[in-house]
This record gives sequence, C-alpha cells and structure tokens, in this order.
Amino acid sequence: MITIKFFSMIREALETDVLEMEWAPTLGDVAAVKEQLIAQGGAIWDEVLAQDDLLVARNHRVVLSSEPVSDGDELAFFPPMTGG
Amino acid sequence: MMTACVQPETFDAVAEYRALCDAHPGAAIVTFTGTVRDFSANTAVSALELEHYPGMAEASLAELGERVAQQFALLGWRIVHRYGRLMVGEPIVWAGVVADHRAEAFAACEMIMDVLKTDAPFWKREYSSNGAEWIGRAEQDIERRRRWDVGEID
Repeated sequence: MITIKFFSMIREALETDVLEMEWAPTLGDVAAVKEQLIAQGGAIWDEVLAQDDLLVARNHRVVLSSEPVSDGDELAFFPPMTGG
Repeated sequence: MMTACVQPETFDAVAEYRALCDAHPGAAIVTFTGTVRDFSANTAVSALELEHYPGMAEASLAELGERVAQQFALLGWRIVHRYGRLMVGEPIVWAGVVADHRAEAFAACEMIMDVLKTDAPFWKREYSSNGAEWIGRAEQDIERRRRWDVGEID
C-alpha cells in the first residue's frame, strides 16, 4: 500500500487530501503512480497533475518523476512552496 | 540549541532570542522575524493562511538548519515557523543563529531564510476584500535562493 497526499491548490482542485493505493510492481516509479491516478480520476486529474510546476515528494523529500516507488512509501503532490 | 519547531501558536521573538543567547553566550548572534504584511502586490491584506505538510515541514527545517550550521560553523541555531490562519502583524517565522563572528552569522541567517522560502513545504493564502488567493512563488525569491550552493531549486 502507498499513501498519496495532496496540498494547497492541488488538494483543492482534486477535492482530495489523501488516498491510499495498492502497490504493485507496475507502480515502479512516481510517473507510473501519476498515470494510475489519472486513469482512476479522469480528465480533471489529468489536467491538475500535468501542471508544469507540480512538485512531488517521496517520503518527505522532493524527487523527480523517475524516482522509484516502493510498497509502504508516502508520496505527496503540491505546487511550489512559499514558506517564510 | 539546534532545533526547528513548526507550530500553530504564536511565539515570543524576544524570548526566543534570550533562550538562544543563554544557550550560547559571548558570540555573534543574528536573528530574523517575519510577520504578516498588510499589503500584497494588488490589494490590502487582512489575514494570511499557512498550510503545511506535517512531518516534511519539520524535517525540512531541521535539515536546513543542520546544513547551514555545517557550512558556517554555527555554535547554535533555531527556526520557528507557524501554520494556520494569521492576522496582519502576527509573527510567521523566526530564525536565530550564533557564530564566532558576524560575517558567518549574517550569512547563515540569510541563507536559512532564502532557502526556507522556496524549499520548506508551506503554502500561503492571502485574504483580502477580493477573497482568498493562493500566493505563487516570487521571482525574487527564486533569485535569492540561487545564491546559495545547495543544489537545484525544486
């Protein structure tokens, strides 16, 4: 099982703050998870997750779409950070 | 003292300064306090909402403090960052560093704030007469972040 969280305007656009997805070998990297989310969610998810400035974190570290994903991981999708 | 804290409650910047001084007497101390402005690019702001990523926010600030401490040989540091709904004038963030000399202290505090603005998982939403609006990343923040050699900007 992997946990996927969404923050800020991404959370609002998808009307989802967290979901769980059964992990399988086909979900080998972040890009594959994103494709699965779009396949499940439809057009709005495709539009939101295709944003150029979308960031993704794996286990609390920002990573690239090619980052491997393992069973038990926590992923998060969010827009550029604006702390301070 | 080498700690980061993420909290909804307000904090006392003077008390934070005193605690840092008490822990590391007789050195160069630089602090920064960020508060909620009453204006943005186009309008008067009445409040600010800060969303954060629990777990990653704390880890991100702790890692930043440790990295800066190593780069500038800091004797001590502390970062406090709030989340939730904040009114104009309320403190958002506080960073304090202690070094042997002022040059390292100034640079370290500046680096903490410049990297924190773009790399710590917080998102700001401004409230004004126009409603609520998420704030995008400012170009000047990206430029300031690039001055520090800590990898590519996310």
